[in-house]
Order: sequence, then C-alpha cells, then structure tokens
Amino acid sequence: MTAACPACVAAPTVSEIAATGPTVQFSVPSIRCAACIGTIERHFESVRGVVQARVNATQKRVTVHSSLPENELLAELRSIGYEAYLLDQKSLAKSNDRKSQDLLLRMGVAGFAMMNVMLLSVAVWSGATDATRDLFHLISAAIALPAVVFSAKPFFESATKALRVWRLNMDVPISLAIVLAAGMSLYEALHGGEHAYFDAALSLTFFLLIGRFLEHRTRSAARSAASELAALEIHTAQRKVGTRIETVDVKELRIGDTVIVKSGMRIPVDGVLRNHACFTDRSFLTGESEPVQHDIGDELCAGEINLGATFELCATAIGRDTRLSRIAALVDTAENARNSFTSLADKAARIYAPVVHLLAAVSFLGWVAYDGDVRHALNVAIAVLIITCPCALGLAVPAVSTAAISRLYRMGFLVKSGTALERLAKISTIVFDKTGTLTRPGFCFDLSKLSDEEAEIAKGLANQSAHPLSQALATYLDRVDEAQITAVAEHLGAGITGLWNNIPVALGRASWLGCDGDNLTLMVDDKRIPLASVQDLLPGALGISRSLESLGIEAEIISGDSEGKTAAFAGHAGFKKWHSGASPEDKAKHVQTLAEQHPSCMVGDGINDTAALAYASVSIAPGSALDATRNAADIIMLGDILDKIPDLVLVARRSVWLSKQNFGIAILYNFVAVPIAIAGLATPLIAALAMSASSITVLLNALRVRL
Amino acid sequence: MNVLVVLIPVSLSLGLLALVAFIWAIRARQYEDPLGEASRILLQSTEDHSCLDADENNWD
Repeated sequence: MTAACPACVAAPTVSEIAATGPTVQFSVPSIRCAACIGTIERHFESVRGVVQARVNATQKRVTVHSSLPENELLAELRSIGYEAYLLDQKSLAKSNDRKSQDLLLRMGVAGFAMMNVMLLSVAVWSGATDATRDLFHLISAAIALPAVVFSAKPFFESATKALRVWRLNMDVPISLAIVLAAGMSLYEALHGGEHAYFDAALSLTFFLLIGRFLEHRTRSAARSAASELAALEIHTAQRKVGTRIETVDVKELRIGDTVIVKSGMRIPVDGVLRNHACFTDRSFLTGESEPVQHDIGDELCAGEINLGATFELCATAIGRDTRLSRIAALVDTAENARNSFTSLADKAARIYAPVVHLLAAVSFLGWVAYDGDVRHALNVAIAVLIITCPCALGLAVPAVSTAAISRLYRMGFLVKSGTALERLAKISTIVFDKTGTLTRPGFCFDLSKLSDEEAEIAKGLANQSAHPLSQALATYLDRVDEAQITAVAEHLGAGITGLWNNIPVALGRASWLGCDGDNLTLMVDDKRIPLASVQDLLPGALGISRSLESLGIEAEIISGDSEGKTAAFAGHAGFKKWHSGASPEDKAKHVQTLAEQHPSCMVGDGINDTAALAYASVSIAPGSALDATRNAADIIMLGDILDKIPDLVLVARRSVWLSKQNFGIAILYNFVAVPIAIAGLATPLIAALAMSASSITVLLNALRVRL
Repeated sequence: MNVLVVLIPVSLSLGLLALVAFIWAIRARQYEDPLGEASRILLQSTEDHSCLDADENNWD
C-alpha cells in the first residue's frame, strides 16, 4: 500500500518491525467458527519457533510467521485435527487483490454520494420549488457528477471495450443510462428544470457495483484458492554436481543433469534410472497404484512417485517435453470447445440491450412527433432507459451465483468457472474415475483371515523389508505389535524369510511360496495365508450412485484398472455402468462422446483423467490432484466430500432456477414501469422507487439459494 | 429557510466524514476477514495482544 501522508512515510510500518521468519500460508478448509480460530492460534502460540499465526476465517487460511519448515507446520495443524494444504507463496504474491478493493471503494463512493443526493431529492420530491429546488439540484449535481465519473468507470470501460468490437453487452445500456441521466439532469439543473435524475444515476451505479463487487469477490476467492494450491507440486529438485547435492528450481534442471529422488517424492523430470533398481507409483499415468519395478537404464517419467530407497536419475526430458506436460497439453485443444457455452446472463443481455435501446429511441421519436418538444422527449427516453431496471437484470445472475458459490465454498467446493454451476445444473450423466477419486490411492489388505499372532508376525517381517508392498503392509498394521523375527533374509523380487520362535516364517509373492494367485502371502510354518489387497473406499463413495440416481443422474465408472477389479468395485459400490482398462485417450474419447449427446460431468484426479475432464461439459477434481488436473477442472473438492456431490448438483440447479426467477421479477417490473415511462408519467421519485425495489427484491430472492 | 445555509453544509460534511471513515476502513483491511472478526469477539483469550495482531495484519 502506498503511504498517503508524510506521517505514514515517516513512521515505520508494523510489518517492518514484525518481520521475523518467513511467512507461510495454509488453506484449511475445515475452519468454521470461533472455536477453530481459537484452537489454531492458541496451538501455534505454544509451538516453539512460531512467531505468530493468524487465521483468516473468510478465506479459510492460516498465515504463520515461523522459522520452522513447512512440513512441520502442516503436521502441527494435522495434530490438532485440521487437514491443511500448503499454498504457493509465489502465486500468492502475484494475486494481491487490488481489483476487489478498487470496486469496494467505488461502491462506497457511489453509496455515500447516493445517500446525500437522496437527502436533497427528498426535499424536492416533497415540494420544494423555485430557487430552493434549483439550488438543491445544483448541489446534487456537484456531488453526483464527480461521483459518477469515478464510480461508474468499470461500466464505461467495459462498454467501450464491447462497442469497439461492434458488440453489445449489458454495460452498454447501463453506461448509456448513467451518462444520459447525469447529462440530462445537469442540463435541467442549469435551466431550472423540474426533474433531475441525479439520484437515479447514482443508485444505478451503486446497485450495479454491489453486483460487480460480489461477483468479483467470490469468484476471485475461489479461483485464487484453486490456483494457489499449486504448492502441492514440487517446484524444487535435488541435483547432484560431483559429490555435492544442491536444491534447485525444477526449471533450472538441464538435460543430462543427475537428479536425486528421495523416497516418497515425485520425479521432477523424465529420465533414465542410474544407480539401482527401484519401485515407483505410476498412478498418474495408469490410475493404478500398484508399484512398478524398474531396473537400471529404464526410462522413468516425471510425476511418478518413488516408493523405495533414494535413487539417481539422468534427466532426458525437461519442462514442456516431459510426458506429463504433453498429456497436460492435450487439454488446451479441448478447452476451446467449452468456451462456446453461452451463460444465462449473456443470453439475457443479448435480448435486453437491443430491446431497451429500441424502446427508448421509439419513445423519443414518438414524443418528438407528437408535441415537437425535444427536451421533453429526451426526458422520456431517459426515464425509459433508467426505469427498465438494468440493475435488477445486472444483479439477477451475479447475486445468485455469489450466494451459491459462497455456500459451496463453505461446503468445501471451489467453483473456478463462472458458468460451471449453469453447466452442472443440466447434466444427466456423471463419470467417475476409480482410483484416487472413489478409492484411496495406496494399499489396504484383507486381514480377516489373520489371527492376532499372525498379524504380529506379518508386521515383524514387513518391517524388515524395503519392498513398497511390505512397507504399505507395515503402515497398514500400525496398531499391531511387532513380533521378534530372527535370521531375516530378503530374497530380491520374491519376499522375505525369517524365524519366529524357531518356526520358519515368510512373507512374499504367492508363486514363490507355492500358492496360486498374485496376492501377497504370509507363511507361518507350513500354513499359507493370502493377504489380498483390497481397495479402500473414500467416505461417501458407496451411496453416491444411488443418491445421484434419485436426482435423475446416471453414474458410471471409467478406470484404467483391470476388468476384474473394476467390475468387483462397481458391483460393491452400486454402479450399474463401468468401463475398465481405459487409457487416457479412451477416457477422453468416451467423455467426449457422452458430452456430445447430453451434458455430462467428469470427476477425476489423475493426469490420465485430465483430457477427459477438459472434454466433459463440467468437471470436478479433488484438491489433492496435480496442477494440470486441477487447472482442467471447473470445481475443486477440498477434503473427502464425495457424498456432497449430490448437494452440489442441487445447489447448481437451484441457483439456475433462482436466476431465472430473478429475470422473471425484473421483466415483471418492466411490464408495469415501462408503459408509465413511455407515457411520460415517470418522475424521478417513481424511477428511484422502481429501481430500488426491483434490485432489493432480486438480491433477497438470490439469498434463498442458501436455504 | 436560512437554516438551510447551515444544514446543507452540515449534512454534506457528515456524509463526507462517513465516506472518509469507509475509505480508512478499506485501507486498514477491515474487510479482509469479516467472518473471522465477527467470530473473534466470542474468543476468551483475546486480551490486548489480539488488538496488536490486528494492527500488524493491517499492513501486511
């Protein structure tokens, strides 16, 4: 902020004093009430190394000044029960919200000017005449003209922009009404006329700025929240130069660099495996999280997750040339298709603008022909322009979508696109990706066949092995005590053996232990127990197809997984239609065909779903998805809120219905008010009443979306 | 009617005062977190230091 007065320049700003430690921001979607604010802030007060933490409940964010690493702060938040997402400081710095402050200021100026002018107008309406009236009109002019010039600038700008390309938008009649009302009123005031519309010009500006501000505020909040989640992805990599390891920005990596990938990290660039065999999670490509084994010399893709020990990689493709980026680029072609969607507001503006201009022109010409009084005719034409309630029409959609988007924001949905709700309201099919969307990525095991003792043995063995499946099993058995295993021997690519109380035990591939199937198998003495890996359903995944069906929406699954697994899952979760073994291209094609027939929605989290997300009429992605996927989606879910998708559809349908109702209300007003205006009977008082009443009705009606 | 000579400037300056107060409130970022500020009055442990916190945040 620029300091306005010399005193401010002289005084040090508080931020200069309080600048201790870097600032980190987290998005914490579950902040709801005073208790959350208190819990989080008090908890951070007690954490050493944290200078200060401040919760912003409106944006559901926590700003922490601290010298601690981000991961520890995340863990602190998790320890008190708040799921948090780290926000990208770079994109945060870019998005300081100047525009909404600017709109708020303009709105304030218009509002205060309107109040003062209204005060003077009331005197005129209640019968002030002659010199008093002229004086009041002149004072009104002195207030209104600068206020209009300042406040209505966004409308003027948008209108000129539209006119320059020979198009009409909603702002053209609005600007025309404001300019003509102010100009004509000034003329009247200077010539001792009876009617001046200064208050109308100002209240028009004021009401419309309310709509503009609300629209901007909610939309930018959701959009920036979505884009700032960017930090989920790694932007730094570890490069090995000689024996030294340095942390560099991913963008600085060059082909031929040796990159170190630690356990659990995403591979930053495409490359060739250098030092030893490894396991990775390739789910971003295939949708499956089964570990894939790679040997030295194998090609690895950016985006895979290292499931085993740290390995080295020689970079072969960077930046835009990685397979990850190429898949993400598929999206660009698809996205143009969606831009052809015409929103309700645009449709209304297309009809409204010409009709209003025609009406005003006809009444002007009509009155000139009737009594030849150009000044009176112009007055009538302006009254028509003002009274046709552009503000009610201008507010009809933004008021509803603002209320709806902020309600969804509280539920955990970030609505990025303005027309997403309108598109969502129409859908008749919804396609889900399986892994990561309906099921938790990673592994879960069917342990029903294990006794407590056997579970302890399994954990004891699993803990000794570096294989990702064993590690997953050990984590899965976190509540179980570990049995003492001696004489442990790991057989690469097969399993692990050992002795428990002098009984031979083993954990490994079924075929290696002499069983059928491809499950992980536990052997105790000569008993062999298969530990089938099962899919862990995300909360809400089970009932979702039924609750969507009750809304008349067909739910289906499309997965890159094998036919058997997909079918079993679909049967279990109650989905009637499913498609298995789908490649990213298959998914995109399927969704595209569906979307061509009737509006359909895609829900997915992987890079392999990205193209499908872009081809769908409307798309939803979880907040844990990668950047490219989230960019392609219209709506982001924060947290496990699958079960709220039916509510999301309901809110969307309701908001479209309420928007249409609002148009109805605005049109109804016009049916009454326009004949009065054309007949030349409209006074500034009637105009003020009609405008305020219709705007307020529309605003109140919009709030019903929260019910 | 002479009273108008006093009343009009009075009403105008009051309006102007309110406008200045509003602009100050925007500059001081009081509209950053309406929900949070509303809930904070319910918190127990908001002695003087939360006032300070609020000040610090004004100029972030």
